Amino acid sequence: MTDNTSDGPMLAADGTPLKKSLARALRLQKMRALMLIAPLLLFVLFSFIIPIFSMLSRSVENSIVVETLPLTVTELQAWNADSGELPDEPVYAAFVADMVVAIDAKRHTRLGTRLNYEQTGMSSLFRKSGRKIKRMDPEADAPFKEKLIDVDKKWGDVETWRVIKTHSPTITNGYFLNAVDMRRTPEGAQSQPEDKQILVKLFGRTLIMSLIITGSCILLGYPVAWILANLPMRTANVLMILVLLPFWTSLLVRTSAWKVMLQQQGVINEVLVWLGMVADDSRLVMINNQTGTIIAMTHILLPFMILPMYSVMQTIQPTYLRAAKSMGATNWTAFWRVYFPLSIPGIGAGSILVFILAIGYYITPEIVGGTKGVFISNRIAYHISSSLNWGLAAALGTILLVVVLILYWAYDKIVGIDNVKLG
Amino acid sequence: MTASSSNDAFVEFERVQKSYDGETLVVKDLNLTMPRGEFLTMLGPSGSGKTTCLMMLAGFETATHGDIRLGGTSINNIPPHKRGIGMVFQNYALFPHMTIAENLSFPLEVRKIGKSEREEKVKRALDMVEMGAFGGRRPAQLSGGQQQRIALARALVFEPELVLMDEPLGALDKQLREKMQFEITDLAHRLGITTVYVTHDQTEAMTMSDRVAVFDDGRIQQLAPPDTLYEEPENSFVAQFIGENNTLEGVVQEINGEVAVVKLDDGELIDAKPINVGVGDRTRVSIRPERVEYNKDRLKEGTHTIKAEVLEFIYMGDIFRTRLRVAGNDEFVIKTRNAPDQVRHEPGSMIEIGWLPEDCRALDA
Ligand SMILES: Nc1ncnc2c1ncn2[C@@H]1O[C@H](COP(=O)(O)OP(=O)(O)OP(=O)(O)O)[C@@H](O)[C@H]1O
Ligand SMILES: [Mg+2]
Repeated sequence: MTDNTSDGPMLAADGTPLKKSLARALRLQKMRALMLIAPLLLFVLFSFIIPIFSMLSRSVENSIVVETLPLTVTELQAWNADSGELPDEPVYAAFVADMVVAIDAKRHTRLGTRLNYEQTGMSSLFRKSGRKIKRMDPEADAPFKEKLIDVDKKWGDVETWRVIKTHSPTITNGYFLNAVDMRRTPEGAQSQPEDKQILVKLFGRTLIMSLIITGSCILLGYPVAWILANLPMRTANVLMILVLLPFWTSLLVRTSAWKVMLQQQGVINEVLVWLGMVADDSRLVMINNQTGTIIAMTHILLPFMILPMYSVMQTIQPTYLRAAKSMGATNWTAFWRVYFPLSIPGIGAGSILVFILAIGYYITPEIVGGTKGVFISNRIAYHISSSLNWGLAAALGTILLVVVLILYWAYDKIVGIDNVKLG
Repeated sequence: MTASSSNDAFVEFERVQKSYDGETLVVKDLNLTMPRGEFLTMLGPSGSGKTTCLMMLAGFETATHGDIRLGGTSINNIPPHKRGIGMVFQNYALFPHMTIAENLSFPLEVRKIGKSEREEKVKRALDMVEMGAFGGRRPAQLSGGQQQRIALARALVFEPELVLMDEPLGALDKQLREKMQFEITDLAHRLGITTVYVTHDQTEAMTMSDRVAVFDDGRIQQLAPPDTLYEEPENSFVAQFIGENNTLEGVVQEINGEVAVVKLDDGELIDAKPINVGVGDRTRVSIRPERVEYNKDRLKEGTHTIKAEVLEFIYMGDIFRTRLRVAGNDEFVIKTRNAPDQVRHEPGSMIEIGWLPEDCRALDA
């Protein structure tokens, strides 16, 4: 490596190209680092990433129709859904053949449930028809068109077949359309009827309320963080325990406590009535609505705002303020022009944290939100555990994830993510 | 000038005391008067209350007792932002979220100075510290010395009459520090600014200041120009603190006018100039290494001499440094100029040393 005048690559002492020997040295380091994080990586992969992706994939996955009615779906391809006429006998025959197999495997009710998301009455139609078709013989009893219409006159309704045909592809955008208050029809995507349009409104409400919660956390948290950062270390540590105290009580207990505080016969109303500030017959409604959710969630998420703010403010030297004042700035100007801009990374970090936590929050809105104060996640939970419409739940979850990512990206563009300091 | 009655005093501390905890006084009875345009340095060991004094002057700490006056008016109740004092902090305190130009423009903005005038003043201030090309940068993109200059420019841009600097060169390397020392004094004198400068580097204090206030234990031990401070320390703390110094302990036996005879602890007699001692007092006599004479011919008739054993001889180029044992003190040092006729003492040899009585100061013990 002494006198490397040729314009070839730099050579290491043993004559191998320097780049290559550097890469080799680094590779070893990288391997060791990889080995160290491997357990965590595997854990995250199996317990987090794979489940999330399998869940998200349900939002477009729709193989149940094809799997349950393979012959019918093939036959339906030849049928023009817009013709206004019923399909011909081969479709009916194929349907009965499929159903006999499905009934044997007890799969036909699942299909009914699936199609019921799109058209009410499908679930009972499949259950009822199932009992009768069970007794038919796909070879001997043909033709079936009349017989099926006898079983249930819905089989003579073009709409029933249109639903089956529309939802037969293995990949569907139906769940996503449902998630934004639309539905898949043979004519393409259309809005849901007025009375079924709730999800977009719910998304909007979730976003707005999360913003309000983030805002109130900033307003309440900023002075607290400021005081903590400016107290002597020992006092600050004691007060810090008070800030963290809520973490040591169960979330459920805290939320329920707000119920006690906020209800119409609750502590706050009683005090206000006693003070004469509120008439006995017009007590404030602060629970089971948006107010309740905002109050309780602000309280619960406040530490997540205070902690990053505090850690940023701690690094702001008091000499900056003194310098500003020595140059003629009033207390307010010194704060606003110097301290506040320097504390923005803390506000940013706290806001992101609180907002992302709030937007997906579930327990608190469920308990204190009533019907007007629930979030989109409550709807997701409902579809997962009550209506069992996992596809829709997955679609809602995906949209939520995408919204958060978009906001994160926008935040990065506006404030800059490197301006965020989490600790 | 101002209507100040007390002969042109610009900054005055009168009987100022300060306590942080209500139990100990950090500043005890501080009295100080500065004329306009003076460059005064506060010098002292760590914890002696220098920063505290500066902070009281700037308005960030309140004096527990006493009066601080600026241009003849008491500023005890004037908030910091109305005092109009420029300040350079030890860590510069340049606002990291603003560019250099914005930093300099800040004091002008809060004074509601118009945009064009502001830009002009910022430009002039930047040119003054030879940083004209750096206006668009952030503080983090500057070197330590450059930041230091910007801090200086920022403290001066709004043309304060008084500038305070708290160890502004503490973070710089030696070479840069010497350069900046010169630049600061040059600038201060050129602009006629009154400056209070804090440091615990005595060379810095000596080279830069018109007067130096030596702090210890919350008091000014001596306030004098550098040469007086070095040659005529008023007490043994100052003698010890400023420059290299030999001390011998003893008791004052008699005082004949300007000369005191001191009986050292091992019984030898020496001559000294009595400063703050009387007959019978214990004293610590102090003499500078370069004022000790070993050549009898150059000493005055009749002065006491004293025997010394040579312990070490160090050749330092321009000077010789000889360490002696004198009256039980192993750390007695003499410095002699490297000249052709100068003797190089052999370790182990015995010599006789003496000095002019006025060079040897009998101070408090
Ligand atoms: N805010 C404060 N609260 C309590 N005590 C303080 C405070 N600031 C300084 N002190 C004490 O006052 C004394 C003098 O401090 P000061 O900062 O004035 O010293 P200094 O001369 O500037 O020292 P240094 O050269 O180390 O900067 C010290 O004993 C210090 O502990
Ligand atoms: Mg200090």
